[in-house]
This record gives sequence, C-alpha cells and structure tokens, in this order.
Amino acid sequence: MSPEETSEALRARFGDSVLDVVHFRGEVTALIQRDLIVEVAGYCRDELQYNYLSDVTATDWLDRRPRFDVVYHLTSLEHWNRFRLKVQVDDGQQVPTVIPVWRAANWGEREVWDLFGVEFEGHPDLRRLLLPEGWIGHPLRKDYPQTQIALPRPKSDKVLQRD
Amino acid sequence: MVTTPSTGDTMVLNLGPHHPSTHGVLRLLLELDGESVINVTPDIGYLHTGIEKTGERLKYQQVITLADRMGYLDNMLDELAYVLAAEKLLGIEVPERVKWIRVLLSELERIGSHCVWLGTHALDMGALSMFMYGFREREKILDIKELISGVRMMTFYFRIGGLMADLPPEFEPKVREFLAYMPSKIDEFEELLTLNEIWIERTKGVGRISAEDAIALGCSGPTLRASGVPYDVRRVNPYSGYENFDFDVITGTNGDVYDRFYCRMQEMRQSLRIVEQALDTMPDGPWRIDDRKIVPPPKDELVSSMESLIHHFKLFTEGLKPPPGEVYAAIEGARGEMGIFLVSNGTGKPYRFHMRAPSLYNLQALPHMSRNHMVSDIIAIIGSIDIVLGEVDR
Repeated sequence: MSPEETSEALRARFGDSVLDVVHFRGEVTALIQRDLIVEVAGYCRDELQYNYLSDVTATDWLDRRPRFDVVYHLTSLEHWNRFRLKVQVDDGQQVPTVIPVWRAANWGEREVWDLFGVEFEGHPDLRRLLLPEGWIGHPLRKDYPQTQIALPRPKSDKVLQRD
Repeated sequence: MVTTPSTGDTMVLNLGPHHPSTHGVLRLLLELDGESVINVTPDIGYLHTGIEKTGERLKYQQVITLADRMGYLDNMLDELAYVLAAEKLLGIEVPERVKWIRVLLSELERIGSHCVWLGTHALDMGALSMFMYGFREREKILDIKELISGVRMMTFYFRIGGLMADLPPEFEPKVREFLAYMPSKIDEFEELLTLNEIWIERTKGVGRISAEDAIALGCSGPTLRASGVPYDVRRVNPYSGYENFDFDVITGTNGDVYDRFYCRMQEMRQSLRIVEQALDTMPDGPWRIDDRKIVPPPKDELVSSMESLIHHFKLFTEGLKPPPGEVYAAIEGARGEMGIFLVSNGTGKPYRFHMRAPSLYNLQALPHMSRNHMVSDIIAIIGSIDIVLGEVDR
C-alpha cells in the first residue's frame, strides 16, 4: 500500500476527520482531528500494516492557533513505506497518547512533553526525558530564549558560601 | 526521579552515570532482588546539549557540523542523513560519483563504529585485548578520513549538493590496502570470540527480545535484525544509490546478546563487500552539483567574476532557501534507523531540525530485555545494544 493509497483509505474510513492531506517531495502527510488520533493510529497499524512507529516529535508554530503540530512518523515493515500523521494542539490542550498502539511512543511523547510542553492524555509516566526534574520552561518552544536564561539557583549554593 | 514502587524485599542500585560500562553517561536505576534484576529505569539526558535548538539558529549548511557531533562514532552517517534531508527539501539530485563516494565512506564508517562497539563490548565482558584490537583497526579508518577531509573525527565532508572536495589520488590505494587487510582481522575477532566458550556462556540466551516486542518498542538496526526482522533502511528505502550494490541483510533468530554480536560481525563483512564494489565501479564526474544557489562557486572565480562573488556572498550571508515544507529522511546508521525531520519556512535556517536517534529507541527496550537477569548480564546487554549517549541525549 503506497502512501497515496494510505491517505485515500484514511479519507474513506474517517471522512472529514482527515482535515488535510499534504504531498511534498514524495511524502504524504495526513492532518487528523486530535481526539481521533488513537483510533486512526490503530487503524493504520491493524488494517494498513503500519506496524512500526519511527518517531514522535513536534513543531511549534508560535503565531498560529492551534500552536503545535505533533508529528508521527509511521513505517510499514510489510510494505516498506512511510507515512506521516499529524495533529494540531494548542497550549494547555492534551493529545491522547498512542502508547496503546505503539509502545515505542513512550519516550518520544515524554520528549515532546519535556521540550515542548505538550501534554499527552493517558501517558503512564509523563516525566521529563532529557532535562532534569524541576527545570522551568520547555526549550524547543520558539519563545524560549536561546541564550542568557536566568536559571534558578541550585539550593546547594548556600552550603558552598562562606561567611 | 520516580522509581517503580518496590515489591517486597528489594534494593535500588545506581549504575552510572560515571561507570565505564555505561558507554558514556547513562544512569540506570536497578531494582534488585538479591542479584537478579526486577526492574530497570534508565535516566538519560546527562549529555543533552540542545542540538535541535542550536540547529534552529544556524544556516542549513552549518547544521551539518551539529549532525557530526551527535553520533560521534559514526558521524559521517549522521552527516549523510542530514544532507539527504536537506537535499530532499531542496528537491535536488546529486551526481552519481557523489552517491558512490558517500556509500563508500558510510560503509567504512560503519566498520569503524562496529570496531569500537566490539572493543568496548568485549572489554566490559572481560576480553581486554579486544579493546586494543578494535581501536587498532578503527585507526586505519580514521587515517582514511583524515586523508580525505583533514580531520579524523568531525569530518564535515558531506555537503548539501555534494562533497567538501574530490577524493585525493592516494585514496584508492589506501582503501585497497584496507580491503586486503581487514578480512583477516575480522577472522581474528571471530576466532577470539565467536566460538569462545566463555563468550557464548555470557551471551547466549541473555537479553532476549522477540521480534514483536522489538518492532513494538521501535528497535532498529542490528538490535532489531538479531530478532529476525529483516529491516534495513538500505534495502527497504534505498537512498544514495544503495540499490546498485549487492549485499545481504543479516538477521539473527534468537534476539539475544550473542545474535546481536553475530549480526554486527557479519555486517562488517557485508560493508567490506559494498566498499569493494563502490571502489570498483566508482564513476567519474563532478563531485558536486552545478547550482550556484546551493553550492559555492570555485575559489578562483571569486577574483574574476562579479556574479560568482555575489553568489558566494548571498550563500554565506543568507544561506540556502528551500521552499516551505517538511521532510523526513532516514538512513541505516551503524545503530539503526537514523532519521532527520526537517521543517522549512522558506528562510535560510531550518525552522525545526529533529533527529530520530536509533540509540534512543534501542535504549527504550533495555528494561524489557533486562528483566530477571543478573547484574553482570545487564552490562552485557548495554554493550549489545551499542548506544552512543551523544545521540541519545542530543
């Protein structure tokens, strides 16, 4: 099943819940309604043989509403092709987790939470993945400065100071 | 840090981050019952440098250096993934010769990376001499890299639209020499380990993962193929002319530490096959595309042609400007599917630059592989998935 056929099949099955299909450089992206992502993912895995999740990531479009794209890269080890699913989510809204469909999404979703601050509803262990616990802010957001960030002073500083 | 609640009489042991067998700075929280491991919680991020954020403020051609520094054992493969993504975004096709050179160097890089893996993995398990041997062979590959780019590790040799320079005339004899030398060394490695009783005892049946679990957890590369799944990006989605080369995709059956070891050993031989074919069939021709909007003009033109000077100036002040859009380019790195997700908004800098690091997803499967093993087996399992923390943490 080629990526084009995949997008056709998704349109046939989910109708208007497939908000947009983009073709670019031989890659096909389907924009899905956010609350249907688990259902669409399950359909892609079971009916369309996209049994391998390559990656979960996100993009921050600062001035757009909804602000974030959450991007899923699907790979079919049966048909040897790739497909991209996308949902849009605004700051403070939640995306249902796709861990029930692909367990591989666990760390990917934690990374998106860590670096973008997008919450995944139903994630069993939504902690920061790369940054330390207690970090303030989400660095890959476009409004997070690249340099000169005032970090909270670690508590141990007091111990090191001498009177 | 939250750990899984203890059940009964267990103890939590910290492995790493400063531990030689963690191959960098990986911290594992082991929940132990006696000496058997009930649960493993990896804690990563000690090498996090924000490469993706940094990439957003560099020009497209500068980001290659970041890709270099991510998977520092197979940096040319990471470079390749990035330049392929950028070329896909620009919609350009590079000349045959460039593809062949890229394939050749990628495969050398794969051998070099596997040599380090073999050395460190065997060292963890007590085979001290393998460490010396592994690094000795890798040295030859570093010499070749130095010959072509002037740098031993962070080569910055693959560029968008071509290469840094053409191959020097000494390149071919040097690679031929390596091709004649290396097979006997791989035989030597195999003599030392493949049928070594102690090695088999330590690795067979350890850290097993089934094909279904490996697919579900997103494993790739030798870690996935050892479980019997023939997923190799070189074969599945050929890039850079891989469809023209003859090689076997090596798979295992048991998905244990020994099979992962065996897959990588055989992969080195397959890589040598590809290197030889690439060298034999190396086409002549340009080593970069002829598009002044993408590659800089030759240096001597700058003093004689105003137009070249303008192109040069525009390219280095504004950068390349791909059309808005997003692409995902994947290659078969030494550790698995290395993917680059690149989003352009039409300016000279990537709007979003994301790396799908194979080590990250392979490491995610570590808790699954480690349950109900001894602590010493955990060391074997970490070695067998061949993580590079620079890639995991980015």
